[in-house]
Amino acid sequence: MQRGDREVVINGQRVTLTEKDAAHGLITARDFGGTRKWRTCYTSDGTGHAMLYTVSDQVIGEAIPVHERMEALALIHDGQQCHGAVVRDLISGELSAYLARATVVATGGYGRIWGISTNALINEGMGAALALETGVARLGNMEAVQFHPTAIVPAGILVTEGCRGDGGLLLDKDGHRFMPDYEPEKKELASRDVVSRRMAEHMRAGKGVPSAYGEHLWLDISNLGAAHIDKNLREVKDICRYFLGIDPVKDPIPVRPTQHYSMGGVRTDHRGESPWLHGLFSCGEAACWDMHGFNRLGGNSVAETVVAGMLVGEYVADYCYSSHGQVDLSPALARQFVERERASLTALTANAGSESAVALRARMEQIMTDKVGLFRNGADLESAVGELADLLARSKQVGLRANNLDANPELVLAYRLPRMLKVALTVALGALQRTESRGAHFREDHPARNDRDWLNRTLAFWPEGDTLPSLDYESLDVMRMELPPGFRGYGVKNIVEHPASAERQAEVDEVVEAKPDRYSRQSALMPFKHLLPVRYRGRNARLDDASS
Amino acid sequence: MKRAFNVFRHNPRDAANPPRVVTYTLEETPGMTLFIALTRIRETLDPSLSFDFVCRAGICGSCAMVINGRPGLACRTLTAQLPNEISLFPLPGFELIADLSVNTGKWMRGMSERLQAWLQLREQPDVDALEARMEPAMADAIYELDRCIECGCCVAGCGTAQMRPDFVGAVGMNKIARFRLDPRDARTDAEFFDLVGDDTGIFGCMSLLGCHDVCPKELPLQTQIAYLRRSMARQGLLG
Repeated sequence: MQRGDREVVINGQRVTLTEKDAAHGLITARDFGGTRKWRTCYTSDGTGHAMLYTVSDQVIGEAIPVHERMEALALIHDGQQCHGAVVRDLISGELSAYLARATVVATGGYGRIWGISTNALINEGMGAALALETGVARLGNMEAVQFHPTAIVPAGILVTEGCRGDGGLLLDKDGHRFMPDYEPEKKELASRDVVSRRMAEHMRAGKGVPSAYGEHLWLDISNLGAAHIDKNLREVKDICRYFLGIDPVKDPIPVRPTQHYSMGGVRTDHRGESPWLHGLFSCGEAACWDMHGFNRLGGNSVAETVVAGMLVGEYVADYCYSSHGQVDLSPALARQFVERERASLTALTANAGSESAVALRARMEQIMTDKVGLFRNGADLESAVGELADLLARSKQVGLRANNLDANPELVLAYRLPRMLKVALTVALGALQRTESRGAHFREDHPARNDRDWLNRTLAFWPEGDTLPSLDYESLDVMRMELPPGFRGYGVKNIVEHPASAERQAEVDEVVEAKPDRYSRQSALMPFKHLLPVRYRGRNARLDDASS
Repeated sequence: MKRAFNVFRHNPRDAANPPRVVTYTLEETPGMTLFIALTRIRETLDPSLSFDFVCRAGICGSCAMVINGRPGLACRTLTAQLPNEISLFPLPGFELIADLSVNTGKWMRGMSERLQAWLQLREQPDVDALEARMEPAMADAIYELDRCIECGCCVAGCGTAQMRPDFVGAVGMNKIARFRLDPRDARTDAEFFDLVGDDTGIFGCMSLLGCHDVCPKELPLQTQIAYLRRSMARQGLLG
């Protein structure tokens, strides 16, 4: 039996956990940055991997067909109802229509429009683009994008914050330790957002190390010694060995702040359905389901994956069985959409245009990194929107060298490029219009969080034929919040209060005082059980119920 | 320093695109991996070159290829650790899509269906109750085998798989070992024997153990195969 303290590695971080006896043998949990409770479940250093294979194995067990290497190019819709998607076989190039009463976008985030990202290469925002190109579905909070301070260069793989926690130093091109200059008190241990911004600021001041892959800084952990690194930072050593060919016991590690997570996505209601296009659902990082607001806490992306997967899956099934789901799917409409995509691909391969998709994409990535990154300001964002719109216009003149319609990476880039640019424009325009700082969205020219004017959700949509997306805002009702806006202790307090915040906080305090029981408190503050799929309305057994 | 990449090219759907080797030359940059090199070849020399990378961080298994004669993950192979001339071929044993891209997904699905490689619970869980408890040591042992990323290197490195297209490979046997270990799985050794107790399964293995040598995740394939063979032989002989 293995009880009490145990040394484990979580997210590349070696920590000691003390497990409650009562929790022995349950799925392991821990606390995580910004959380007070043991609420993050994990499996060794491969939580996502374990979840993915469990689901995939069960899909095979249920004999559910999976059509691999198929890419949706367009959603089939009539302006009100989604009828499925036009899909391209990435091997044969064949186009076909998938007619469906419910269509779910679960394509992950849009980190790759930055080029420098910890995301997989396929996270190019194609799901968001599909929704955007309907002209009716809306994207939420696209400007809310998280950056992580220390990803290695060039691979973009994260090295743990434990490197700095244990005493590692950030150095610039002169070997100078610069963090104490900016943050004399916390130095390298300031919060993730602050360290990322300071690193970016220092590189902007010309102190970055030039390399074949762009500028970076150094993370030096050699002062920790071989024994410590071998014992406590083994994963960092492995990453350095496999992806850089260096030994962090002797060599500094090239790092820079890197795009990490997309909080924005296809705006849905709590059931995962688009309020503007019936039958279109979305979940996971692809969706704006309101799990993260403008910043995401560690562990919450896998939480969203597993919870949204479970709930939205059930809601989709319920929808298909309900009267709303009894849709007359139109083969004629599907044919029209397939023909439109076929014509567009044929035109693309026949285009003798002089523009290079590779060059336009590289420029987009640079604009996003320089002007729509960690630091944002009105002038830069204005120029980013102008330049991205120009790139979008130029993307129509992309010429191809290989014009076969089957497996053809050049063709794939050519048709994805304008879609990526449209997604990039929703981010840049959202960031330009939002004249405040909130979560991961930081405006140098508007450093305060302005709850009075900006406690709202950005909605982006793209009317057909327009050269820019349109933005709209959906306000939030403070008087219905379980946790009204307040200062959460990150950084300096700089908030323009919402007039209702104090009133709602008083109400909440009163309820908390009057109702010590968590269930009656929850139903007084924010009842939700009635909104859940029927099979999930039961009361969850909790370890602490016995003791409380 | 210049580096030559001899890359296999072929589009099986195009008669005018026969199998051949094309040489590309790149300037070596510090920290260059095969992912960076192939991306650069595609971006600057030949936009039609097909290959697969998804996570580019050694965890998705998409980029396995034969690198100077040895199956491995291209994303975490540094060019500086290879000779000046590098040869890249698609993994053998899988359907060729084009150039370095092969359809491992189709093969893995077929293998999983044949081996019924999914957890078959003794009883359906109650969603409102606490989860069933498992000893942490057991959970760790299962996870050790669950780390497989289905990259296909073990199949490409397997002598039997080159002769028998229906051989389930180390990836398949590892899966059986994983579910056999799991106390939640309802299946008995007699049932596992029906799945894996023949020449397409555990008795097809010649113990050359190329799989063990090339596994990028360093899974304990040698031990697992030996252990499974012994258990299945016992099951076959004694019932």
